[in-house]
Amino acid sequence: MAKVTFTANIQRHIPCPPMEVPGQTVREILERVFVRQPLMRSYILDDQGGVRKHMVVFVDGAQISDPRGLSDRVSASATVYVMQALSGG
Amino acid sequence: MSGIVSVATRKGLFTVQWARSEWSITRTAFLGDNVSMVLPGAHDGFLYAALEHGHFGAKLHRSRDSGATWEECEVPTYPPKPEGIEDLDPMRKTPIPWSLQRIWSLEQSDAGVLWCGTIPGGLFYSKDSGASWTFVESLWNRDERKQWFGGGADYPGIHSVCVDPRDAQWVTIGISCGGVWRTTDGGESWELGGQGMQAPYTPPEVAGDPNIQDTHRIVQCTAEPDVFWCQHHGGIYLSTDNCHSWRALSGVSPSAFGFAVAVHPANADTAWFVPAIKDEQRFPVDGKVVVTRTRDGGKSFDVLRQGLPQEHAYDLVYRHALDVDGTGDCLAFGSTSGSLWVSEDSGDHWTNVSTHLPPIHCVRFVPEP
Repeated sequence: MAKVTFTANIQRHIPCPPMEVPGQTVREILERVFVRQPLMRSYILDDQGGVRKHMVVFVDGAQISDPRGLSDRVSASATVYVMQALSGG
Repeated sequence: MSGIVSVATRKGLFTVQWARSEWSITRTAFLGDNVSMVLPGAHDGFLYAALEHGHFGAKLHRSRDSGATWEECEVPTYPPKPEGIEDLDPMRKTPIPWSLQRIWSLEQSDAGVLWCGTIPGGLFYSKDSGASWTFVESLWNRDERKQWFGGGADYPGIHSVCVDPRDAQWVTIGISCGGVWRTTDGGESWELGGQGMQAPYTPPEVAGDPNIQDTHRIVQCTAEPDVFWCQHHGGIYLSTDNCHSWRALSGVSPSAFGFAVAVHPANADTAWFVPAIKDEQRFPVDGKVVVTRTRDGGKSFDVLRQGLPQEHAYDLVYRHALDVDGTGDCLAFGSTSGSLWVSEDSGDHWTNVSTHLPPIHCVRFVPEP
């Protein structure tokens, strides 16, 4: 079970406490998250299913390499961080 | 007179109310958040607020109790972009995102259908008060859409949706920059209507192309719905034949440039505008805020300034930030400088409500129940 945590700033808009969810890729992990909180999808992903322009996802401290396809592998003991990018917004 | 105004701003939603002989702010919501659009739903009674979070995208909320409490509802979502499709902005040759950038217009028909115009140019409707949305593919798939481009924004957008009071299946939309489009079958098919408009920002060979017109705002008269007014990038236009043809009005002082227009609900000859110096500068002529009003179908214009700042005022009024109430007597407008004014006598005199609001995107009277 990977642990998923979310930027504190998103909590003002939608509750998303840290979660432990199963999955082998970032896509599988996030889809599990969205089952629990469907409205969260549009906060993190754009309409085409990629990470939003000004959002960023890390796995164990490393930024994911496939923000469009979310194919990055996630180990069972990993921590996934959903953060705001400092690119703008 | 309608006594409640909803004001959507860069930093929150404000309710302004007439009480105890003055207009005052009586409620706030979403403080700190960018509210791009507000709609008092005349049919279902919801108050809708569209937000635009810098990081988290566009969102839609609704309130059953006039803004005391809110619930988030679904946002319009673009369909998956098919593999191999090239969809480029014609000016910059950059990809058009098939993803909601901004909820730019929101209207509700008498039948309760919500229409939502967006950047980058997609139109949606909802028959369940925003619980779900249908993407209007028939418009998105028009070949002409490939020629639309952003006017000020990076991508084209639908800023005006006019649902005909005679038949809710008749809908007219304004696009910046994409002209005027109409459907008479609830969005199944579309026709381009904008003959007569001229785009002064393009070469003369294409300036008359209806599909590239930068319509800033389009409004329809409720009592005489064949009449539409348009504040265009190049000036003020009037259509009296259901948008088939448009006529430019000349000699409008102090300027025919602006973004906002409001039409009297019962008298199609009466319309209001808030002018500015065209088009690179965009501030009031001579630093004096005025409203221009015609009462004779554009033959002449009154310049209204009583109660408005007449010295070193640099307020610009965005396209959705001028509104008239159901009586046609009461008007309100707000500026990028955070000033809000109300008139109870058709614009002859104005009362300043605030000079300290955030930049104002949209002003709407709440219809009387």
